Amino acid sequence: MDAHVSFTLNGKPVTVTSPRDRALVWVLRDELGLTGTKVGCEAGLCGACTVLVGQEAVRSCTTPLGDVAGKAVLTIEGLAVDGKLNPVQEAFKDHHAFQCGYCTSGMILTAWAFLKQKPKASRAEIVEAMEGNLCRCGAHVRILDAVESAGQALGGAR
Amino acid sequence: MKRRSFLQTTAAGTLTLFFGRSARSAPIEPTRPGAYPEDFNAFLKISADGRVGCFVGKTEIGQGAMTVLAMLVAEELELDPAQVDMLMGDTDLCPWDLPTGGSLTMWQTAPVLRGAAAEARAVLLGMAAKALGAPVSDLALKDGAIWVKAAPSRRTTFGELVKGRKLERHLGKVKPKPLADCTLIGRPAPRKDALAKVTGAAKYAGDLRLPGTLHACILRPPAHGLALATADTKAAERIPGVRIVRDGAFLAVVHPQPDGAREALALVKGAFEGTEPDVDDGRIFQHLVDKAAPGQRVVSSRGDLAVGEKRAATVVEAEYRNAYESHATLEPHTCVAKWEGGRMTLWASTQSPFVLREAVAEALKLGPDKVRVIAQFVGGGFGGKLVGPSAIEAARIARQVPGVPIQVGWNREEDLFLDGYRPAAVVKLRSGLDAARGAITFWDCLMAGVTPNEAEFPYEMQATRYQAPAVANLHPLKTGAWRAPNAHTHAFAREGQLDALAAKAGVDPVTLRRRLITDARVLRLLDLAVETFGWEPAPGPTGKGIGLACGAWRQGFVVALAQVAVDKTTGKVQVARVLEAVDVGLVVNPDGARQQVEGAITMGIGQALSEEIRFKGGRILDRNFDTYLLPRFSAIPRIQVVFADTPGMATQGIGEPPVVPVAAALANAVFDATGARVTHVPFTPERVLEALKRVPVPSA
Repeated sequence: MDAHVSFTLNGKPVTVTSPRDRALVWVLRDELGLTGTKVGCEAGLCGACTVLVGQEAVRSCTTPLGDVAGKAVLTIEGLAVDGKLNPVQEAFKDHHAFQCGYCTSGMILTAWAFLKQKPKASRAEIVEAMEGNLCRCGAHVRILDAVESAGQALGGAR
Repeated sequence: MKRRSFLQTTAAGTLTLFFGRSARSAPIEPTRPGAYPEDFNAFLKISADGRVGCFVGKTEIGQGAMTVLAMLVAEELELDPAQVDMLMGDTDLCPWDLPTGGSLTMWQTAPVLRGAAAEARAVLLGMAAKALGAPVSDLALKDGAIWVKAAPSRRTTFGELVKGRKLERHLGKVKPKPLADCTLIGRPAPRKDALAKVTGAAKYAGDLRLPGTLHACILRPPAHGLALATADTKAAERIPGVRIVRDGAFLAVVHPQPDGAREALALVKGAFEGTEPDVDDGRIFQHLVDKAAPGQRVVSSRGDLAVGEKRAATVVEAEYRNAYESHATLEPHTCVAKWEGGRMTLWASTQSPFVLREAVAEALKLGPDKVRVIAQFVGGGFGGKLVGPSAIEAARIARQVPGVPIQVGWNREEDLFLDGYRPAAVVKLRSGLDAARGAITFWDCLMAGVTPNEAEFPYEMQATRYQAPAVANLHPLKTGAWRAPNAHTHAFAREGQLDALAAKAGVDPVTLRRRLITDARVLRLLDLAVETFGWEPAPGPTGKGIGLACGAWRQGFVVALAQVAVDKTTGKVQVARVLEAVDVGLVVNPDGARQQVEGAITMGIGQALSEEIRFKGGRILDRNFDTYLLPRFSAIPRIQVVFADTPGMATQGIGEPPVVPVAAALANAVFDATGARVTHVPFTPERVLEALKRVPVPSA
């Protein structure tokens, strides 16, 4: 049963006509054309589809559309402001913290949600924050380095 | 598209470099007679706007080919790699090439591409000499401009030189720049795909949004060995927008939305027939041995085993096993296909655009010229996307729905079910060491499930015998190339066996290898690894948990050192540190090469400790990442990479070699930590506990 669901997407209001129980990832990719959010497992196990809802990193493959009504959704496409990369994006780019890039959007958004809360995180805390996101190419060490340096860029220098 | 039509669509104002007959001796050679098309193979195109386009039939699977190949072109043409536009994996536009696998890109494609760029440089300089009225030796070249050294105002550009002309050249014998003059090779380069990948702009096959695209889900049997007999599609067909495509045992549900197709498929009731294999992940090893037994043949032998056995002072006999392992790329197999005007176009996630073109042509009984593959960014390959079965499925459906783009995107369960796994294998070894602990007197190897390729390493052995089954395929499940096929299976057995011999004879693992290694490059690499690690080896087990292993992939060598901690109550292995010393000849992009090694070490950790496809009959029990366990962040050790400096040697390729010795080094580290020898990959906590139980209790 289609419903009209309104929310803020990357800073702009949108209204989607789709079933409320439809997974957010399909709405983002298929209805709204934002394909930076990836589909990896469809079960909330890999983190490739991670987006921010409010301040929280969520799995858009297990988040029903209805849950984001009236909320602010941020995807990888909305992270750079006026063409200027977000500090986490910048750090991932500089550290080459990816190979195939398929997990990258989810990694960056997970890290961004975490660093906003805790820029001065220890390495162990970063590991814990990133633990739910899978990378198959083995960019892990660089991802941790990138998150650490992004934290420093955000004023979390220890 | 034939060369003529390509040239017709190529605007005036281009210099196109073809790969002609004179380059027949170049390293790229077709694997099949006649496979290398003479009539269409432009590598480089310099346009009137001065941009340099590089056309390569490889794909960017995350390994950084896009960056390193652009570096080579830029090096010869004195450009910034950012000035080189890479067009990869389009079978209409790129020269025929081998698959993106086997670490072939740098070994085979790179020299040819460098040659093409060197040729372009010579042609452009020759044209500039004419235009500027000065000999080539008086000219300088940088960033697309050519000028007279003594009079820099007398200058021209690539764009001006080719403007209004349509030039064709065939590759001759121009040599690339000497290494000493290179300014890019050997220095880390920024990845060309970085911006696209951190902004979500990079397009993978599933990200195309062609107007009118329909999404297809295919009805799968619940088990291998079964095929669809009858299907009830009534409930699915009641959903608006659903269309059923049936072709024999192949049934697809098509819907405008990807999740809509999934939901509709769930309503299809299928009945399946056939026979599942009667084996499971526990019995697979005996199954392989039994099936192999009647037809064992000696594939190579040297010396007299009986004499060697008499000379041996220490003998070890052991059986090494590894489970089926999935490629588990994070991007599942995906393809969009469109049938239009008698041609099939596929936007695919593939490592091998040209092989896929042939495969689709064969499956649909079309001429290869009726199929065009356009590779997209590939979300991981590792051998799993060497062809692209989802593309063949998409093409079958698209053929029945002319003009409509059909997307097939497997879900994780399909991806784990349909993968061509790393083969499960058994390697039995019996071997001996002499009393002086300096020579392997005999080495008897019997294998099942794996081929003899990459079994040997440059160790001195007095007598050897390798036996493999004559039966081509013993496997009940589909197997395929998994990053450095065979090599890791053999390295795990061989390096574990050497470690066991060393420990039993009371010699440390480094000393034993120093005495056995016959190749000076490998000896230097061993020293480099041991020195960099800062290790004073002693006969194991020392309790420190440090393990050593060597590995090779063709002429690329790796020495791995690993340190682990083993929880003796849970059996959990935590890897603290891994170092690899790597010799793959000239390293073109040190940062790119380092990424490959880091990734391979990480993949090797998953292979060693947790990754295993469990199955019962034809049913695959691991259906998602909750039970199929890839290494997560907490499993990642401190990683060190050191390259041997061998610039005089041609680049060997870096994708496969570094994964080869990882599991072996970790197993040897577990032995050094505990005295328990793990011989079954993956050595999960349960298997480590079993191995710990077998450790003899020291008598009082």
